[in-house]
Amino acid sequence: MAVKRIGKQTIKFHNPPSIIGTSSIVGPKEGDGPLRGYFDIVLEDDTWGQKSFEKAEAKMQEEAIKLAIKNANLSVDNIQFLISGDLLNQIISSSYTARQIGIPYFGLYGACSTMTESLCIGAMIIDGGFADNVVCATSSHFSSAERQFRFPLEYGAQRKFSSQWTVTGAGATVLSANGNGPYITYITPGRIKDYGVTDASNMGGAMAPAAIDTLLQHFEDTGFTPQDYDLIVSGDLGLIGRRIVIDMMKKKGYDLSENYTDCGIKIFDVVEQDTHAGGSGCACSAVVLNGYIYKEMKKGTFNRVLVMSTGALHSPISTLQGESVPGIAHAITLENLPR
Amino acid sequence: MDNMTNKEYQEYLKRKIPKPDYLNNSIRAFIVGGTICLIGQIVRNMLFRFGFNEKEVVTGTAIIMVFLGSLLTGLGIYDKIGKFGGAGAAIPITGFANSIVAPAMEYKREGYLFGVAAKMFTIAGPVLVYGIGSSIIVGLLYLIFTAGR
Repeated sequence: MAVKRIGKQTIKFHNPPSIIGTSSIVGPKEGDGPLRGYFDIVLEDDTWGQKSFEKAEAKMQEEAIKLAIKNANLSVDNIQFLISGDLLNQIISSSYTARQIGIPYFGLYGACSTMTESLCIGAMIIDGGFADNVVCATSSHFSSAERQFRFPLEYGAQRKFSSQWTVTGAGATVLSANGNGPYITYITPGRIKDYGVTDASNMGGAMAPAAIDTLLQHFEDTGFTPQDYDLIVSGDLGLIGRRIVIDMMKKKGYDLSENYTDCGIKIFDVVEQDTHAGGSGCACSAVVLNGYIYKEMKKGTFNRVLVMSTGALHSPISTLQGESVPGIAHAITLENLPR
Repeated sequence: MDNMTNKEYQEYLKRKIPKPDYLNNSIRAFIVGGTICLIGQIVRNMLFRFGFNEKEVVTGTAIIMVFLGSLLTGLGIYDKIGKFGGAGAAIPITGFANSIVAPAMEYKREGYLFGVAAKMFTIAGPVLVYGIGSSIIVGLLYLIFTAGR
Protein backbone atom coordinates (compact mmCIF):
# COMPACT_ATOMS: atom_id res chain seq x y z
CA MET A 1 0.00 0.00 0.00
CA ALA A 2 1.53 3.27 -1.05
CA VAL A 3 0.60 5.14 2.11
CA LYS A 4 2.74 8.18 1.36
CA ARG A 5 1.00 9.06 -1.89
CA ILE A 6 -1.59 11.80 -1.91
CA GLY A 7 -3.66 12.69 -4.93
CA LYS A 8 -2.53 11.73 -8.39
CA GLN A 9 1.17 12.56 -8.46
CA THR A 10 2.29 13.86 -5.08
CA ILE A 11 4.16 12.19 -2.22
CA LYS A 12 3.91 13.41 1.36
CA PHE A 13 6.86 12.25 3.44
CA HIS A 14 6.21 10.71 6.82
CA ASN A 15 9.83 11.22 7.88
CA PRO A 16 10.77 14.32 5.91
CA PRO A 17 14.45 14.28 4.93
CA SER A 18 16.44 17.28 6.06
CA ILE A 19 18.93 19.27 4.02
CA ILE A 20 22.06 19.24 6.16
CA GLY A 21 24.65 20.65 3.80
CA THR A 22 24.75 22.45 0.46
CA SER A 23 27.30 23.95 -1.84
CA SER A 24 27.32 26.13 -4.92
CA ILE A 25 30.17 26.88 -7.29
CA VAL A 26 29.73 29.30 -10.17
CA GLY A 27 31.68 30.80 -13.04
CA PRO A 28 32.83 34.43 -13.33
CA LYS A 29 29.71 35.70 -15.13
CA GLU A 30 27.36 34.23 -12.50
CA GLY A 31 29.67 35.69 -9.85
CA ASP A 32 29.03 39.12 -11.37
CA GLY A 33 25.26 38.63 -11.13
CA PRO A 34 22.78 39.80 -8.50
CA LEU A 35 23.21 36.65 -6.33
CA ARG A 36 27.02 36.88 -6.09
CA GLY A 37 27.08 36.93 -2.29
CA TYR A 38 25.29 33.57 -1.98
CA PHE A 39 27.76 31.30 -3.74
CA ASP A 40 30.45 29.33 -1.91
CA ILE A 41 33.03 29.57 -4.68
CA VAL A 42 33.16 32.00 -7.62
CA LEU A 43 35.69 30.95 -10.25
CA GLU A 44 37.93 33.59 -11.79
CA ASP A 45 38.68 31.36 -14.76
CA ASP A 46 35.89 29.22 -16.21
CA THR A 47 38.28 26.42 -17.20
CA TRP A 48 39.48 26.17 -13.56
CA GLY A 49 42.95 25.24 -14.85
CA GLN A 50 41.63 22.24 -16.79
CA LYS A 51 42.41 21.31 -20.39
CA SER A 52 38.80 21.28 -21.57
CA PHE A 53 35.46 22.78 -20.59
CA GLU A 54 34.13 19.27 -19.99
CA LYS A 55 36.90 18.59 -17.47
CA ALA A 56 36.24 21.94 -15.84
CA GLU A 57 32.56 21.03 -15.47
CA ALA A 58 33.38 17.67 -13.89
CA LYS A 59 35.81 19.36 -11.52
CA MET A 60 33.12 21.83 -10.47
CA GLN A 61 30.70 18.99 -9.75
CA GLU A 62 33.30 17.01 -7.81
CA GLU A 63 34.33 19.99 -5.70
CA ALA A 64 30.68 20.92 -5.11
CA ILE A 65 29.89 17.42 -3.82
CA LYS A 66 32.93 17.38 -1.54
CA LEU A 67 32.13 20.84 -0.24
CA ALA A 68 28.47 19.99 0.46
CA ILE A 69 29.54 16.90 2.42
CA LYS A 70 32.08 19.01 4.32
CA ASN A 71 29.45 21.67 5.03
CA ALA A 72 27.26 18.89 6.46
CA ASN A 73 30.13 17.96 8.81
CA LEU A 74 30.30 14.48 7.30
CA SER A 75 32.85 12.56 5.30
CA VAL A 76 32.28 10.72 2.02
CA ASP A 77 32.13 7.41 3.95
CA ASN A 78 28.94 8.60 5.66
CA ILE A 79 27.11 9.05 2.36
CA GLN A 80 25.35 6.00 0.92
CA PHE A 81 24.27 7.21 -2.52
CA LEU A 82 25.29 9.81 -5.05
CA ILE A 83 22.43 10.87 -7.33
CA SER A 84 23.46 13.21 -10.11
CA GLY A 85 23.18 14.19 -13.74
CA ASP A 86 24.16 16.86 -16.26
CA LEU A 87 23.60 18.03 -19.83
CA LEU A 88 26.50 16.47 -21.69
CA ASN A 89 26.15 13.38 -23.85
CA GLN A 90 26.01 10.21 -21.71
CA ILE A 91 26.16 12.49 -18.60
CA ILE A 92 29.96 12.39 -18.55
CA SER A 93 30.43 15.18 -16.01
CA SER A 94 28.46 13.18 -13.45
CA SER A 95 29.98 9.81 -14.20
CA TYR A 96 33.56 11.10 -14.15
CA THR A 97 32.74 12.81 -10.88
CA ALA A 98 31.20 9.62 -9.47
CA ARG A 99 34.42 7.82 -10.42
CA GLN A 100 36.30 10.19 -8.11
CA ILE A 101 33.78 10.12 -5.25
CA GLY A 102 33.66 6.32 -5.23
CA ILE A 103 30.25 5.61 -3.67
CA PRO A 104 27.16 3.91 -5.19
CA TYR A 105 25.86 6.19 -7.93
CA PHE A 106 22.58 6.74 -9.77
CA GLY A 107 23.10 8.77 -12.96
CA LEU A 108 20.11 10.78 -14.15
CA TYR A 109 19.28 12.59 -17.33
CA GLY A 110 16.62 15.17 -16.63
CA ALA A 111 18.32 18.02 -18.50
CA CYS A 112 17.83 21.21 -16.51
CA SER A 113 15.28 19.52 -14.21
CA THR A 114 18.05 17.36 -12.72
CA MET A 115 18.37 19.22 -9.40
CA THR A 116 14.84 18.62 -8.17
CA GLU A 117 14.66 15.25 -9.95
CA SER A 118 17.67 14.06 -7.94
CA LEU A 119 16.19 15.56 -4.76
CA CYS A 120 12.87 13.75 -5.38
CA ILE A 121 14.68 10.43 -5.67
CA GLY A 122 17.08 11.17 -2.80
CA ALA A 123 14.21 12.19 -0.52
CA MET A 124 12.31 8.98 -1.30
CA ILE A 125 15.42 6.91 -0.56
CA ILE A 126 15.83 8.61 2.84
CA ASP A 127 12.15 8.53 3.80
CA GLY A 128 11.95 4.92 2.68
CA GLY A 129 14.73 4.02 5.09
CA PHE A 130 17.17 2.92 2.41
CA ALA A 131 19.90 5.36 3.42
CA ASP A 132 20.77 7.81 6.19
CA ASN A 133 22.56 10.31 4.01
CA VAL A 134 22.57 10.87 0.26
CA VAL A 135 24.08 13.58 -1.89
CA CYS A 136 22.26 15.03 -4.91
CA ALA A 137 24.19 17.08 -7.43
CA THR A 138 24.26 18.54 -10.90
CA SER A 139 26.36 20.83 -13.06
CA SER A 140 26.38 22.69 -16.33
CA HIS A 141 28.91 24.81 -18.17
CA PHE A 142 28.11 27.52 -20.69
CA SER A 143 30.96 26.57 -23.00
CA SER A 144 30.49 22.78 -22.91
CA ALA A 145 26.75 23.22 -23.52
CA GLU A 146 27.29 25.70 -26.37
CA ARG A 147 29.59 23.36 -28.25
CA GLN A 148 27.19 20.43 -27.83
CA PHE A 149 23.88 22.16 -28.50
CA ARG A 150 24.72 25.30 -30.48
CA PHE A 151 27.71 26.99 -32.14
CA PRO A 152 31.45 27.30 -31.49
CA LEU A 153 32.18 30.12 -29.05
CA GLU A 154 34.02 32.37 -31.51
CA TYR A 155 31.39 32.07 -34.24
CA GLY A 156 29.72 35.42 -34.81
CA ALA A 157 26.08 34.35 -34.59
CA GLN A 158 23.27 36.44 -33.19
CA ARG A 159 21.17 35.01 -30.36
CA LYS A 160 17.41 35.20 -30.45
CA PHE A 161 15.40 37.19 -27.93
CA SER A 162 13.97 33.97 -26.56
CA SER A 163 17.34 32.27 -26.14
CA GLN A 164 18.80 31.72 -22.69
CA TRP A 165 22.28 31.64 -21.23
CA THR A 166 23.53 28.33 -19.80
CA VAL A 167 24.74 28.83 -16.25
CA THR A 168 28.32 27.76 -15.50
CA GLY A 169 28.26 26.14 -12.11
CA ALA A 170 27.56 23.16 -9.92
CA GLY A 171 25.41 22.62 -6.89
CA ALA A 172 25.12 19.78 -4.39
CA THR A 173 22.74 19.01 -1.55
CA VAL A 174 23.24 16.49 1.26
CA LEU A 175 19.95 15.00 2.47
CA SER A 176 19.76 13.21 5.78
CA ALA A 177 17.32 11.27 7.92
CA ASN A 178 18.55 13.39 10.84
CA GLY A 179 18.77 17.14 10.72
CA ASN A 180 17.28 20.46 11.67
CA GLY A 181 15.88 21.45 8.32
CA PRO A 182 14.96 22.81 5.95
CA TYR A 183 13.00 19.64 5.21
CA ILE A 184 11.64 18.25 1.98
CA THR A 185 8.04 17.59 2.94
CA TYR A 186 6.27 17.02 -0.38
CA ILE A 187 7.34 16.19 -3.89
CA THR A 188 5.32 16.31 -7.08
CA PRO A 189 7.28 14.59 -9.87
CA GLY A 190 6.15 15.88 -13.23
CA ARG A 191 5.03 14.29 -16.44
CA ILE A 192 6.20 15.23 -19.91
CA LYS A 193 4.26 17.94 -21.67
CA ASP A 194 4.93 18.65 -25.30
CA TYR A 195 2.95 21.19 -27.27
CA GLY A 196 4.95 20.71 -30.42
CA VAL A 197 7.41 23.59 -29.98
CA THR A 198 10.35 22.78 -32.26
CA ASP A 199 12.41 25.92 -31.63
CA ALA A 200 15.26 24.83 -29.34
CA SER A 201 16.16 28.47 -28.77
CA ASN A 202 12.83 29.04 -27.02
CA MET A 203 13.11 26.52 -24.21
CA GLY A 204 11.18 28.64 -21.73
CA GLY A 205 8.19 28.51 -24.07
CA ALA A 206 8.63 24.78 -24.65
CA MET A 207 8.87 23.95 -20.93
CA ALA A 208 6.19 26.28 -19.57
CA PRO A 209 3.30 23.80 -20.15
CA ALA A 210 5.12 21.16 -18.08
CA ALA A 211 5.66 23.67 -15.27
CA ILE A 212 1.97 24.63 -15.36
CA ASP A 213 0.93 20.98 -15.34
CA THR A 214 3.10 20.16 -12.32
CA LEU A 215 1.96 23.28 -10.42
CA LEU A 216 -1.73 22.53 -11.03
CA GLN A 217 -1.24 18.93 -10.00
CA HIS A 218 0.66 19.96 -6.88
CA PHE A 219 -2.06 22.35 -5.75
CA GLU A 220 -4.79 19.85 -6.55
CA ASP A 221 -3.08 16.94 -4.76
CA THR A 222 -2.08 18.87 -1.64
CA GLY A 223 -4.92 21.36 -1.37
CA PHE A 224 -2.37 24.16 -1.03
CA THR A 225 -2.71 27.51 -2.74
CA PRO A 226 0.13 29.71 -4.03
CA GLN A 227 -0.40 31.88 -0.94
CA ASP A 228 0.67 28.98 1.29
CA TYR A 229 4.20 29.54 0.01
CA ASP A 230 6.61 32.35 0.79
CA LEU A 231 8.24 31.74 -2.57
CA ILE A 232 7.50 29.64 -5.63
CA VAL A 233 10.43 29.33 -7.98
CA SER A 234 10.83 27.52 -11.29
CA GLY A 235 14.17 26.36 -12.68
CA ASP A 236 14.91 28.03 -15.97
CA LEU A 237 11.77 29.20 -17.71
CA GLY A 238 13.26 32.67 -18.12
CA LEU A 239 11.30 35.81 -18.85
CA ILE A 240 9.05 34.30 -21.55
CA GLY A 241 8.27 31.10 -19.66
CA ARG A 242 7.51 32.96 -16.43
CA ARG A 243 5.06 35.25 -18.20
CA ILE A 244 3.27 32.23 -19.67
CA VAL A 245 3.05 30.47 -16.29
CA ILE A 246 1.56 33.53 -14.57
CA ASP A 247 -0.87 34.07 -17.43
CA MET A 248 -2.05 30.47 -17.70
CA MET A 249 -2.24 29.88 -13.94
CA LYS A 250 -4.40 32.99 -13.63
CA LYS A 251 -6.84 31.49 -16.11
CA LYS A 252 -7.01 28.42 -13.85
CA GLY A 253 -7.73 30.61 -10.82
CA TYR A 254 -4.27 30.72 -9.22
CA ASP A 255 -2.62 34.07 -8.62
CA LEU A 256 1.16 33.73 -8.92
CA SER A 257 1.93 37.38 -9.60
CA GLU A 258 3.11 38.08 -6.02
CA ASN A 259 5.47 35.32 -4.97
CA TYR A 260 6.55 33.48 -8.10
CA THR A 261 9.90 33.90 -9.80
CA ASP A 262 12.37 31.88 -11.85
CA CYS A 263 15.99 30.95 -11.09
CA GLY A 264 16.95 31.99 -14.64
CA ILE A 265 15.68 35.50 -13.90
CA LYS A 266 17.23 35.68 -10.42
CA ILE A 267 20.75 34.63 -11.37
CA PHE A 268 21.53 37.22 -14.05
CA ASP A 269 20.77 40.85 -14.59
CA VAL A 270 19.29 40.10 -18.01
CA VAL A 271 19.81 43.63 -19.34
CA GLU A 272 23.26 44.42 -17.88
CA GLN A 273 24.63 40.93 -18.52
CA ASP A 274 22.97 40.54 -21.93
CA THR A 275 21.49 37.11 -21.25
CA HIS A 276 18.30 37.71 -23.31
CA ALA A 277 15.50 35.64 -21.71
CA GLY A 278 17.63 34.68 -18.67
CA GLY A 279 19.73 31.81 -17.36
CA SER A 280 19.27 28.11 -18.04
CA GLY A 281 21.08 24.82 -17.55
CA CYS A 282 21.18 22.24 -14.76
CA ALA A 283 23.27 24.54 -12.60
CA CYS A 284 20.74 27.36 -12.86
CA SER A 285 18.27 25.97 -10.33
CA ALA A 286 21.06 24.04 -8.55
CA VAL A 287 23.10 27.08 -7.51
CA VAL A 288 20.05 29.26 -6.83
CA LEU A 289 18.56 26.52 -4.62
CA ASN A 290 21.80 25.57 -2.83
CA GLY A 291 23.02 29.15 -2.59
CA TYR A 292 20.26 31.73 -2.38
CA ILE A 293 17.17 29.76 -1.33
CA TYR A 294 18.90 27.51 1.23
CA LYS A 295 20.74 30.39 2.87
CA GLU A 296 17.64 32.60 2.99
CA MET A 297 15.63 29.73 4.50
CA LYS A 298 18.32 29.23 7.14
CA LYS A 299 18.04 32.94 7.95
CA GLY A 300 14.27 32.62 8.17
CA THR A 301 13.47 34.98 5.28
CA PHE A 302 11.51 32.13 3.70
CA ASN A 303 9.92 29.32 5.67
CA ARG A 304 8.08 27.54 2.93
CA VAL A 305 9.33 27.37 -0.64
CA LEU A 306 8.22 25.41 -3.69
CA VAL A 307 11.15 24.72 -6.00
CA MET A 308 10.48 23.31 -9.43
CA SER A 309 13.40 22.68 -11.79
CA THR A 310 12.32 22.50 -15.42
CA GLY A 311 13.88 20.42 -18.16
CA ALA A 312 13.83 20.50 -21.97
CA LEU A 313 14.40 16.89 -22.97
CA HIS A 314 15.50 17.32 -26.57
CA SER A 315 18.85 16.50 -28.12
CA PRO A 316 20.89 18.09 -30.92
CA ILE A 317 19.83 15.19 -33.16
CA SER A 318 16.10 15.48 -32.40
CA THR A 319 16.34 19.22 -33.09
CA LEU A 320 17.97 18.65 -36.49
CA GLN A 321 15.30 16.08 -37.32
CA GLY A 322 12.62 18.66 -36.61
CA GLU A 323 11.22 16.95 -33.52
CA SER A 324 9.56 19.01 -30.83
CA VAL A 325 10.97 19.71 -27.35
CA PRO A 326 9.44 17.56 -24.56
CA GLY A 327 9.25 19.54 -21.31
CA ILE A 328 9.23 18.32 -17.72
CA ALA A 329 9.07 19.89 -14.25
CA HIS A 330 9.54 18.30 -10.83
CA ALA A 331 8.36 20.20 -7.75
CA ILE A 332 9.60 19.88 -4.18
CA THR A 333 8.28 21.60 -1.06
CA LEU A 334 10.94 22.90 1.34
CA GLU A 335 9.84 23.79 4.86
CA ASN A 336 11.74 24.99 7.91
CA LEU A 337 9.12 23.37 10.17
CA PRO A 338 7.09 20.51 8.72
CA ARG A 339 3.36 21.17 9.21
CA MET B 1 -3.97 24.63 -20.86
CA ASP B 2 -5.53 21.18 -21.34
CA ASN B 3 -8.08 22.48 -23.80
CA MET B 4 -5.40 24.09 -25.98
CA THR B 5 -4.26 22.30 -29.11
CA ASN B 6 -0.58 22.28 -30.07
CA LYS B 7 -1.29 24.80 -32.78
CA GLU B 8 -3.17 27.13 -30.44
CA TYR B 9 -0.32 27.01 -27.95
CA GLN B 10 2.28 27.73 -30.63
CA GLU B 11 0.24 30.71 -31.82
CA TYR B 12 -0.08 31.92 -28.23
CA LEU B 13 3.67 31.46 -27.71
CA LYS B 14 4.48 33.45 -30.83
CA ARG B 15 2.65 36.44 -29.37
CA LYS B 16 4.72 36.21 -26.18
CA ILE B 17 8.08 36.62 -27.94
CA PRO B 18 9.25 40.18 -28.58
CA LYS B 19 9.59 40.96 -32.29
CA PRO B 20 13.10 41.67 -33.58
CA ASP B 21 13.75 45.30 -34.43
CA TYR B 22 14.17 44.85 -38.19
CA LEU B 23 14.98 48.50 -38.95
CA ASN B 24 17.69 48.73 -36.28
CA ASN B 25 19.13 45.35 -37.32
CA SER B 26 19.20 46.40 -40.99
CA ILE B 27 21.01 49.63 -40.18
CA ARG B 28 23.60 47.75 -38.11
CA ALA B 29 24.06 45.15 -40.84
CA PHE B 30 24.48 47.95 -43.39
CA ILE B 31 27.11 49.74 -41.31
CA VAL B 32 29.13 46.58 -40.50
CA GLY B 33 28.77 45.00 -43.95
CA GLY B 34 29.54 48.35 -45.62
CA THR B 35 32.62 48.90 -43.47
CA ILE B 36 33.97 45.45 -44.30
CA CYS B 37 33.41 46.08 -48.02
CA LEU B 38 35.03 49.51 -47.71
CA ILE B 39 38.12 47.90 -46.17
CA GLY B 40 38.08 45.38 -49.03
CA GLN B 41 37.94 48.22 -51.53
CA ILE B 42 40.87 50.00 -49.86
CA VAL B 43 42.91 46.78 -49.96
CA ARG B 44 42.01 46.35 -53.63
CA ASN B 45 43.05 49.91 -54.52
CA MET B 46 46.30 49.53 -52.61
CA LEU B 47 47.12 46.31 -54.45
CA PHE B 48 46.52 48.04 -57.80
CA ARG B 49 48.86 50.79 -56.66
CA PHE B 50 51.54 48.19 -55.97
CA GLY B 51 51.28 47.25 -59.63
CA PHE B 52 49.39 43.92 -59.52
CA ASN B 53 47.08 43.06 -62.41
CA GLU B 54 43.29 42.50 -62.10
CA LYS B 55 43.50 38.74 -61.56
CA GLU B 56 46.22 39.05 -58.91
CA VAL B 57 44.33 41.82 -57.16
CA VAL B 58 41.11 39.73 -56.90
CA THR B 59 43.04 36.81 -55.40
CA GLY B 60 45.14 39.04 -53.15
CA THR B 61 42.14 40.94 -51.78
CA ALA B 62 40.37 37.68 -50.93
CA ILE B 63 43.49 36.35 -49.19
CA ILE B 64 43.95 39.50 -47.12
CA MET B 65 40.26 39.71 -46.14
CA VAL B 66 40.19 36.04 -45.14
CA PHE B 67 43.34 36.63 -43.12
CA LEU B 68 41.76 39.60 -41.33
CA GLY B 69 38.57 37.64 -40.58
CA SER B 70 40.58 34.72 -39.22
CA LEU B 71 42.83 36.97 -37.15
CA LEU B 72 39.87 38.77 -35.58
CA THR B 73 38.26 35.39 -34.84
CA GLY B 74 41.42 34.18 -33.15
CA LEU B 75 41.62 37.36 -31.10
CA GLY B 76 38.02 36.86 -29.95
CA ILE B 77 36.75 39.99 -31.68
CA TYR B 78 34.81 38.71 -34.69
CA ASP B 79 32.04 37.09 -32.63
CA LYS B 80 31.34 40.51 -31.13
CA ILE B 81 31.25 42.10 -34.59
CA GLY B 82 28.88 39.30 -35.65
CA LYS B 83 26.63 39.84 -32.66
CA PHE B 84 26.36 43.53 -33.49
CA GLY B 85 26.22 43.35 -37.28
CA GLY B 86 24.37 40.09 -37.93
CA ALA B 87 24.23 39.30 -41.64
CA GLY B 88 26.44 42.33 -42.30
CA ALA B 89 29.29 40.41 -40.66
CA ALA B 90 28.28 36.92 -41.81
CA ILE B 91 27.85 37.49 -45.58
CA PRO B 92 31.25 39.02 -46.54
CA ILE B 93 34.24 36.70 -46.99
CA THR B 94 35.46 37.65 -43.49
CA GLY B 95 32.34 35.94 -42.10
CA PHE B 96 33.15 32.85 -44.12
CA ALA B 97 36.63 32.82 -42.55
CA ASN B 98 35.04 33.19 -39.11
CA SER B 99 32.73 30.25 -39.73
CA ILE B 100 35.73 28.00 -40.47
CA VAL B 101 38.24 29.27 -37.91
CA ALA B 102 35.74 29.27 -35.00
CA PRO B 103 35.00 25.51 -35.10
CA ALA B 104 38.67 24.75 -35.86
CA MET B 105 39.62 26.50 -32.62
CA GLU B 106 36.71 25.02 -30.66
CA TYR B 107 37.35 21.38 -31.48
CA LYS B 108 41.13 21.34 -31.04
CA ARG B 109 40.70 19.30 -27.84
CA GLU B 110 39.20 16.46 -29.90
CA GLY B 111 42.45 16.16 -31.87
CA TYR B 112 43.75 17.49 -35.20
CA LEU B 113 42.10 14.76 -37.26
CA PHE B 114 38.58 14.24 -35.92
CA GLY B 115 38.49 17.56 -34.09
CA VAL B 116 40.02 20.42 -36.07
CA ALA B 117 39.97 18.92 -39.57
CA ALA B 118 36.62 17.13 -39.39
CA LYS B 119 34.67 19.85 -37.58
CA MET B 120 36.18 22.78 -39.47
CA PHE B 121 33.43 22.72 -42.07
CA THR B 122 30.41 22.13 -39.82
CA ILE B 123 29.12 25.64 -40.52
CA ALA B 124 30.84 26.49 -43.80
CA GLY B 125 30.32 23.03 -45.33
CA PRO B 126 26.78 23.68 -46.61
CA VAL B 127 27.94 26.99 -48.14
CA LEU B 128 30.74 25.19 -49.96
CA VAL B 129 28.57 22.29 -51.14
CA TYR B 130 25.70 24.40 -52.43
CA GLY B 131 27.92 27.29 -53.53
CA ILE B 132 30.19 25.11 -55.65
CA GLY B 133 27.23 22.92 -56.68
CA SER B 134 25.19 25.84 -57.97
CA SER B 135 28.22 27.34 -59.76
CA ILE B 136 28.67 24.05 -61.62
CA ILE B 137 24.99 24.05 -62.66
CA VAL B 138 25.21 27.67 -63.83
CA GLY B 139 28.43 26.82 -65.68
CA LEU B 140 26.77 23.89 -67.44
CA LEU B 141 23.76 26.01 -68.41
CA TYR B 142 26.10 28.65 -69.79
CA LEU B 143 27.94 26.00 -71.78
CA ILE B 144 24.70 24.53 -73.18
CA PHE B 145 23.20 27.87 -74.22
CA THR B 146 26.40 29.29 -75.68
CA ALA B 147 27.57 26.08 -77.40
CA GLY B 148 27.91 26.32 -81.14
CA ARG B 149 27.89 30.10 -81.19
